[in-house]
Order: sequence, then C-alpha cells, then structure tokens
Amino acid sequence: MFPASRYSIQAQRCIRALKTVKAEHAPPQLYTWRWKCSSAVTPRITSHYTICPRDKDPRWEGVEMERFADEADVVIVGGGPAGLSAAIRLKQLANKQEKELRVCLVEKASQIGAHTLSGACLEPSALNELFPDWKERGAPLNTPVTEDVFSLLTKKYRIPVPMLPGLPMNNHGNYIVRLGHFVRWLGEQAEELGVEIYPGYAAAEVLFHEDGSVKGIATNDVGIAKDGSPKDVFERGMELHAKVTLFGEGCHGHLAKQLYRQFNLRENCEPQTYAIGLKEVWLIDEKKWRPGRVEHSVGWPLNRNTYGGSFLYHLNEGEPLVALGLVVGLDYTNPYLSPFREFQRWKHHPFIAKTLEGGNRIAYGARALNEGGYQCLPKVTFPGGMLIGCSPGFMNVPKIKGTHTAMKSGMLAAEAIFPKVTAKDLASETAGLHVPEYEDNLKKSWIWKELYSVRNIRPSFHNYFGLYGGMVYTGVFYWILRGKEPWTLKHAGLDSAQLKPAKECTAIEYPKPDGKLSFDLLSSVALSGTNHEGDQPPHLTLKDDSVPVANNLAIYDGPEQHFCPAGVYEYVPLETGEGMRLQINAQNCVHCKTCDIKDPSQNINWVVPEGSGGPAYNGM
Amino acid sequence: MSRVLVGVKRVIDYAVKIRVKPDHSGVVTDGVKHSMNPFCEIAVEEAVKLKEKKLIKEVVAVSCGPTQVTETIRTALAMGCDRGIHVEVSGKDYEAMGPLQISKIFAALAKKEEASLIILGKQAIDDDCNQTGQMTAALLDWPQGTFASEVTIDGEKVKVVREIDGGLETIKISMPAVLTADLRLNTPRYATLPNIMKAKKKKIANMKPADLGVDMVSRVEVLRVDEPPTRLAGVKVETVDDLVAKLRANGTI
Repeated sequence: MFPASRYSIQAQRCIRALKTVKAEHAPPQLYTWRWKCSSAVTPRITSHYTICPRDKDPRWEGVEMERFADEADVVIVGGGPAGLSAAIRLKQLANKQEKELRVCLVEKASQIGAHTLSGACLEPSALNELFPDWKERGAPLNTPVTEDVFSLLTKKYRIPVPMLPGLPMNNHGNYIVRLGHFVRWLGEQAEELGVEIYPGYAAAEVLFHEDGSVKGIATNDVGIAKDGSPKDVFERGMELHAKVTLFGEGCHGHLAKQLYRQFNLRENCEPQTYAIGLKEVWLIDEKKWRPGRVEHSVGWPLNRNTYGGSFLYHLNEGEPLVALGLVVGLDYTNPYLSPFREFQRWKHHPFIAKTLEGGNRIAYGARALNEGGYQCLPKVTFPGGMLIGCSPGFMNVPKIKGTHTAMKSGMLAAEAIFPKVTAKDLASETAGLHVPEYEDNLKKSWIWKELYSVRNIRPSFHNYFGLYGGMVYTGVFYWILRGKEPWTLKHAGLDSAQLKPAKECTAIEYPKPDGKLSFDLLSSVALSGTNHEGDQPPHLTLKDDSVPVANNLAIYDGPEQHFCPAGVYEYVPLETGEGMRLQINAQNCVHCKTCDIKDPSQNINWVVPEGSGGPAYNGM
Repeated sequence: MSRVLVGVKRVIDYAVKIRVKPDHSGVVTDGVKHSMNPFCEIAVEEAVKLKEKKLIKEVVAVSCGPTQVTETIRTALAMGCDRGIHVEVSGKDYEAMGPLQISKIFAALAKKEEASLIILGKQAIDDDCNQTGQMTAALLDWPQGTFASEVTIDGEKVKVVREIDGGLETIKISMPAVLTADLRLNTPRYATLPNIMKAKKKKIANMKPADLGVDMVSRVEVLRVDEPPTRLAGVKVETVDDLVAKLRANGTI
C-alpha cells in the first residue's frame, strides 16, 4: 500500500506492520464483550467496536484491516500542558546534546488548545524552569494577579474571608491566563524545537509487545457508520510505535483507564475522586472591569455537604473579559443535582450579578478535574510508558491549580527518559522501555512536597459540618502547621458510589434561565462550538444497553440527564408508549468525562470519537 | 498533459458560533477553529477521483491568504493532490479579498500552469458569494459547469449534471472549463495521518499576487458588520379576528 521508496530518513525507522491486525489489541479481561441484541424493550444503543467486536461481525468480512505503522523514539498522547512540556524538554535536551530524537505528539482536538479548559491562575514556577525567557518569547501571561478576594456566600449576602498570605488560595505572584492560548503558545514553541505535532488525530488504542510492555498507540479508525458498519470512506487508523509512550490525556483519560487495569497501577492508592468545572467567558461593561482581580467563593448555592466553589477572574488582554465558573465535587449524594443549573443560578447572586450585568456571554465549556491529590496517586511508570499530568492527577486541590504540576511532571518524565532513549545500548528487560526513574524523580521534586502538604484539606470536608469543618481544618492544620500533621485522612471512596437513591432525596427546584445572566443548556452547548461527525457510532459506549433504564433511571432518576453539561443523555418515552429509553446525543459531547466518572452503574465507558471532533474552545 | 487546478479556502469551521468584533468591522477570527470550506473538500475529492481514474495527470491545490492557509493546502495534499500553490495575501489585502481578486488569480494561474480544468467549490460558507467560479470562467472565456452534482469526462468534453432550481440540467461543455462542486457530487475522503505525514514532503510553491500580475485593490468597502436581529417571541392569538386586528395594528396589512 505504501511503497518504501517514498521514505528517506524515516525509512530506516519505519516498519510496515504487514500483519493482519486483530480487531482488538487489549487482552480480553479488560472489556466484557457482549453482543447485545436489541430486545423488544431495550432498543440497541451501543454499536462501537469496543463493545461489539468486528471480527465476529459479518458486515466487516473482507474489509482491509491492515494498519500502516511508523516508528518514533517517543510518542506523546495529548497536547496539553503536560504533554507539550515533556515534548519541549525532550527536544531541548536533544538539541543541547546534539542528538537526534523523533518525538511525535497526537492530540484529538482539531488544533492545539481547542480542548483545553481551565480557570486559570497559573503559577509560573514550572514555566520559569522550562523557558526562563518566556516573556521574550511572547508567552501569553498578560494579567498578573493584583487583588485576591475570598467570600462565603449565603443566598443574599456575602461574608468576606481574609486572604492571609500562606493560605493555599493566595495568588500573589501568579498570572491569570487563558489556558487554551497558553497551550497554543506551548504548541508553537514545541513545533519550533522540532516536535511533530498531529492535531486532529486521537489515540484510540494502546499497542502491546509480545512481552506485555507498551509498544505505542494506534489512532482512531475513520469512516464507520452509526450502526457500526464500514462506510465507503472507511480507513484504518495508523500505528505509532515508540520506545516509550507518554500518556498525558488529562483528567480521567480513557487509555489511562485501560492501563490502570492492565498494569495494576492503582493497587496501592485510593480511587481517584473528581469534580466538574463549568466555565464561561463574559465581555462585561468596562466600568465594572478590574483587570488582575481574582474572586473565589464557597457556600451558596451548594449546601455545606456538597464540595465546590466558584471563581471569577478579570483578564487584562485588551477587552473587558472575565472568566468565571463553578466547580462541584462529584462525590455529591443527591442524584437530582445539576452542576450546570447550580452554575447558572450562582450567577444571580448579587455579588456576582453586579459584575455581569450589562455584559455578554461569549464562551461556555466544562471539564472534569481531579480532587484526590496525594492519596490517589497511582504508580506512574510501567514497561513501555508512563503517565503524566492530570491523568495520574497532580492537581493541588485547595490552590485549584494543576497546570504547574502537570508541566513539571512532563519535564521530569522527559529528563528521566532522555538518557535512556539516547543510550547507545538499549539495556531493557522488556521491549518497551521501563523508566522507573521518573517516579523516583517525582517523589524528590517539589510536586510531591506540595501535594503532601495539602493532602488532608479535601478529605477534611467529609465531616458532619461539611464545608465549615473543612475551612476550620484548613485554617488550623494547613495555615499553622503547613500539613505536617502525622496522619493522612481518607477520601470517601468512588464518586460513582456516593449517590443516594432518588426516593431518599428531594428534587431541587432550579429557577428558569432569564436569558440575560443565566441560560439554558442547549444554547450553552452551541457556544462551546462542539461538533462531531454525525454518522459514527456513539462514543459514549454502554457495556450493557439495558442498565440505564433498569438501574440508573429506576433507582437514581437518571442522574446522567442532570450532570451532563452538554445534554448528551436524555430519557425519552418509547415510541410504543410504555416506558422510557435512553437517548444518547453523542454529537453534543464536550469531552468532559463526567459521565464515565459519576455513572452509578459504571456502565458508561467514554472512548475517543473520530479525531478533530469535540469542542472548539478558543482561549478557555 | 491534463492538469487540474483546485481551489481550497480556509474558513471558520461551520460548527463554531460566530462573534462580531466589538468595533463591528468584521468577525472574530483570532484563535477560532478554522477548516477547509466543505464545498472545496468536495472539489478536491472530485479532482483526486479523476486522477485515480487516470483521466487527468496532475492535481494542484491552490489557496490565497496568509501563512495559515498552508494548513488547508496540506489537508488537500493529504487527500491526494500532487502539489500546492500558496498565493500570499495578508493584512488589509486579505480582509478586502473577494471573488473578483481570487478569480483574477486563478485565471492567471490557469494560463501559467496550462490547466485544462479548474474545479472550485460552488461557494464559501463564510461569504456565501457563489461568484468565484463564474468570474474565473468569464475572465478566461472558458465554459462553466456550475452546481455540478455529476461530472463525466468524455474525450475533450465534459458532461456536467447541474443542480438547478427546477431539477437537474445536463450540459456538455468542451475543455478547458471551470466546474464548481455542489453538495451531492461526492463524499470527501478523510485526510488520514499517514497521508498527512506524506503530504509534508509534497511541494507547496509560494508566490504573491503581484507575481501573477494581479492587482488586489477591492471595489467593495465593508461599512459595518452586525449580528442578525434576535428573533422575537411569537404572539399567540385566540381567534382569526384577533389575528387580523394584530396584523393591521403593526402595519402588515
């Protein structure tokens, strides 16, 4: 298919895997293969090949399944702060030591930064190490923090909380950034250094050597119809093989989920706990604009037992823009809770509304984030690869900052890998390189110290007094003792197990959106610019199509229709009249991963859709 | 010796919500997701299909604009074009650039490259002009097959089935000719990663409109860009008399 004569330098490293590829590389125990026939009651929902294997499907007989393969020294999955920092660091080392190194980075978004969403207040510590001359290079850190305000909100009032130096939320020395633009800038720096960046191609599958070590990744197949059959334009994805593969998929990556099981990486840590962050960007009235102002709040509209808080940052980039949002811990217990509608009603609080009145909303998005911290860190290295960034989860929860630690983890990974991949003699027991030095370096770095010192703040909210108990604990133990207390509190367990049955909870009465400050879900989703090729199998796959109605709807009133920030899940009446069915509007998905995390039946498995689909965030 | 020129335009992606600039001079484009105009994708696919059928020898992808359009040309190369031409236009010239200037560029290129066919998309989704193909044919005095939903090459002639208001019209035109692609002409193939990697090695020639003798001065001046007016809520009435009274009151009848 692809003649060798067209390749020059890469030809020596390029191998064409002329083998008939098995439909799935992953060993069978990872997914329960079930061909779920549609019954009269449960219409067929899932058609994705990870649930309905193609090797037994008659429509796939005779279809060419051979994949083109290419080889690099290092392959990085994910073009976010961690992945790009690792790529940049690798190339910096290679250029300094005049060694050749092929680094390939694949990113599912159509352009670098299009799937990036964060507050964000960036702590420049990691950036200073990566590019000491970042200012001259034009890094978009345009807004130094000038004021820092913390409030405890009640329904109508606001109680100011002093932002003493030393408290984790104190932002002196940090910059308010539009992280999507920062990531785009990092991408430009990486390309200048010689990293091969391929946006619009999602890593869909992890490839393994015979000895079980990671060989690389395969990108997504294209041209599969909604019912799972091949279209005329069907083409197989491509295999990228590497000595080491770095997985920087961000919070709750789908390949990382597979790797945790494959290599048992989570046996000695607590299950990760998450939150969902919803964000909007507003163009406000110039008179209300105070560039450099950082506002955080806790309290209303969330009750004291639901973890969460808000942010509102005034950017300084020419236009009077503010970035604002609400973070809601996904260990909430009431299945009727809708993080989106909490966010919309929070904006009506007088303290927030006064900034937004007369303004215009120009962007919306949502993403899950890690809340587990130190207790939930898995093993991060395995033969052939490693995990970087928010994927294992280095976020400092009380500071609500994870970018600086993600970048540092990428840099540490690069520094650990570099001597090994460029060594003359690849001394390795396994075909894929195992680099345990990365984990050792992490433990000696400031990431570890930082995460250790704040490890008890988030779990301290699990007490009768909820939010207030947590604030007291933070004040006493963190501010005074700096996290040196000898005990380590535990989290509450899996987020998906926290929901109480619907009959034990009361439905929440949310106010109707007024169209000026608060808005409805669908117009918000339109603002995220999200879109996917319509004629493809839904990428929100269900292990068992009958579980949503039988379990989620019956016991929990279908929490997915409440927590999805994009309106993907809808329970609609069956055409026959009796009963309901789950409708998955996969095209709306903004890739936040909340459903995979919070589904009480853990039946939803988010897999990556065709590359370049998803939100089109611009500087979120 | 038949060579085909295909025009590809880089436009704001169709799924993105457009925002008007605060000074009403245009729309916000900085950092916004862009992609190849869908009708241009169909044009590229048709040209590549003709090459695969061995009816033409070479497909050249052409785009006019600043450096970013090279990404769009690369996608066309990844879909199967042989080489690309990037006509550099930036700044004020780019903002004022319209079908007249583009068609002059294409006419000059067609003569320079000795092309026997020019295939364009019927219109761009950002300006919806639907003029470039027609203007190019006029400048070259070539026949045109616009709104093509089926193209068949028959020796030195091209049979084009056109989608018109009344249905389908079949015409036969002689080459060299200009064709513009309509929606149902074909389903464009994906630009897969191995092809993108190969496309990095294909040549993209760089030139300026002045090299082709084209003056980019625009005869059109954009005065103001506004959002469409927000749709007002409907009013429900109880009886036909109410309806007539309301229509009379707001001057409709």
